[in-house]
Amino acid sequence: MPDKRVSVDDIVGELHDGMTIGIGGWGSRRKPMAVIRAMLRTSLRDLTIVSYGGPDVGLLCAAGMVRKVVFAFVSLDSIALEPHFRLARQAGSIDALELDEGMFLLGLQAAAWRVPFLPTRVGLGSDVVARQPEIRTVMSPYDDREELVAMPALPLDVALVHQNRADAGGNAQFLGPDLYFDDLMCQSAGKSFVTCERIVDTADLAAFGSHHTQRISRLWTDGVAETPNGAHFTSCTPDYERDEAFQKEYAASAASAEAWQQWRSDWIDISEADYQRKVAAR
Amino acid sequence: MNPSRADVCVVAVAECFRGDGEIVANPIGTIPRIGGLLARRSFEPDLVMTDGEAMFTDVDGAVEAWNPYRTMFDVVWSGRRHVMMGGSQIDPFGNHNFAAIGDMKQPKSQLLGFRGAPGNTVNNVTSYWVPNHSPRVFVETVDVVTGVGYDRAAAAGSAATRYHELRHVVTNLCVLDFETPDHRMRLRSVHPGVTVDEVVAATGFELALPAEVPVSREPTEAEVALIAELDPKNTRGKEVPE
Repeated sequence: MPDKRVSVDDIVGELHDGMTIGIGGWGSRRKPMAVIRAMLRTSLRDLTIVSYGGPDVGLLCAAGMVRKVVFAFVSLDSIALEPHFRLARQAGSIDALELDEGMFLLGLQAAAWRVPFLPTRVGLGSDVVARQPEIRTVMSPYDDREELVAMPALPLDVALVHQNRADAGGNAQFLGPDLYFDDLMCQSAGKSFVTCERIVDTADLAAFGSHHTQRISRLWTDGVAETPNGAHFTSCTPDYERDEAFQKEYAASAASAEAWQQWRSDWIDISEADYQRKVAAR
Repeated sequence: MNPSRADVCVVAVAECFRGDGEIVANPIGTIPRIGGLLARRSFEPDLVMTDGEAMFTDVDGAVEAWNPYRTMFDVVWSGRRHVMMGGSQIDPFGNHNFAAIGDMKQPKSQLLGFRGAPGNTVNNVTSYWVPNHSPRVFVETVDVVTGVGYDRAAAAGSAATRYHELRHVVTNLCVLDFETPDHRMRLRSVHPGVTVDEVVAATGFELALPAEVPVSREPTEAEVALIAELDPKNTRGKEVPE
């Protein structure tokens, strides 16, 4: 088994301007925030972000790194609307491809299976199809001759996901209630990077949960980094829940350019080690 | 004692699920959730419900099955579900919007996004919940079509209409449905103490009005007690005040 351990900086070093980057998790749950924070300290730009969106999308938008977002929602869960994302959308500063949550899954699945599209009735009649010419329909070749949506593949250049545990070879394990679509993100990407709360010996993964929780095989991963508390301030159940007080302060930073600059200098323009020390001291 | 408006709404929500049997009842929102639980605790005991996240849980909270998001799409696309969604705008044929106000490409106000609304409406039974019935919500034309109404489904063809059913719209004033020849929204009942004129004034388009408009059913004594048990902190009274 290869040793795929890397640093967060190694991961960010693999990212380039203009890339399409898929980010795992869902809303404000199990987001690879340590990597997002590291990205925010670079000058990356023109990114296309594919995400069941949460603060990952809001932060990258606030930092001006995003050209386009592919999304079905961008939410902080306990705060329904992501304020930084809203500002970017309302200012017209980013392009969007809007999808139904299930179409999003089908787009990733099509990319993972290396087919150009998957048929579905999802989207028919809605403005996802009617007002976005990039989403097309297809006629069933069978006797029903029904018109269905041809959900196009959503291939990613890079996938970034956060898991509870992993081994040095890049096998990863989720211990919370939902995998979300982290496995599909990895399978539809040219390169996939997993961060996790702890890297453990392969044989020890079984001590944390049944084998059914070992859902991402090293077949699909190119690098693994240990980032304790690395999903903060999003939830990483059962290791920790969302830091609601911190998230409130984050949301308030969308109130003005000054508020954002202050939040940024307090929480982004510092090292990850300093960030975690400051969080622990709160 | 007169029932509270919130309790009337809870019962109206529960009634949406009457006859649904062994499917997932997925009411989203404060009063919808209480209404769904009430239906399961009383006249629809076979309903399957989530814990709000990734589990199906029974009336005592025991986990019946794991149902992560991926599996929920299997449920939706098989049709074994009845969802109740909130909406920022709804038009006369049940087209629904909670994505954005204004232009979709550069909205005046970015709201939730499409979420699961397009897939829900063409795959499983859908009802809507509107806690603030007003002409701002009930509009002639929605800014973005997220949930698919009867006219848009028909225009999209048989794959869109095959499993499409909008059941009821429950609001703080009344219950609406689409049981008219052309599926134009119809006033089904007014809540006790609400007049037809009030509903008409609070609706931004022409409603189909039956000659006699019934009054929404009041909760029974047993239901009042169950609702109080299901919502001891009266969160429903905050969503729909007196």
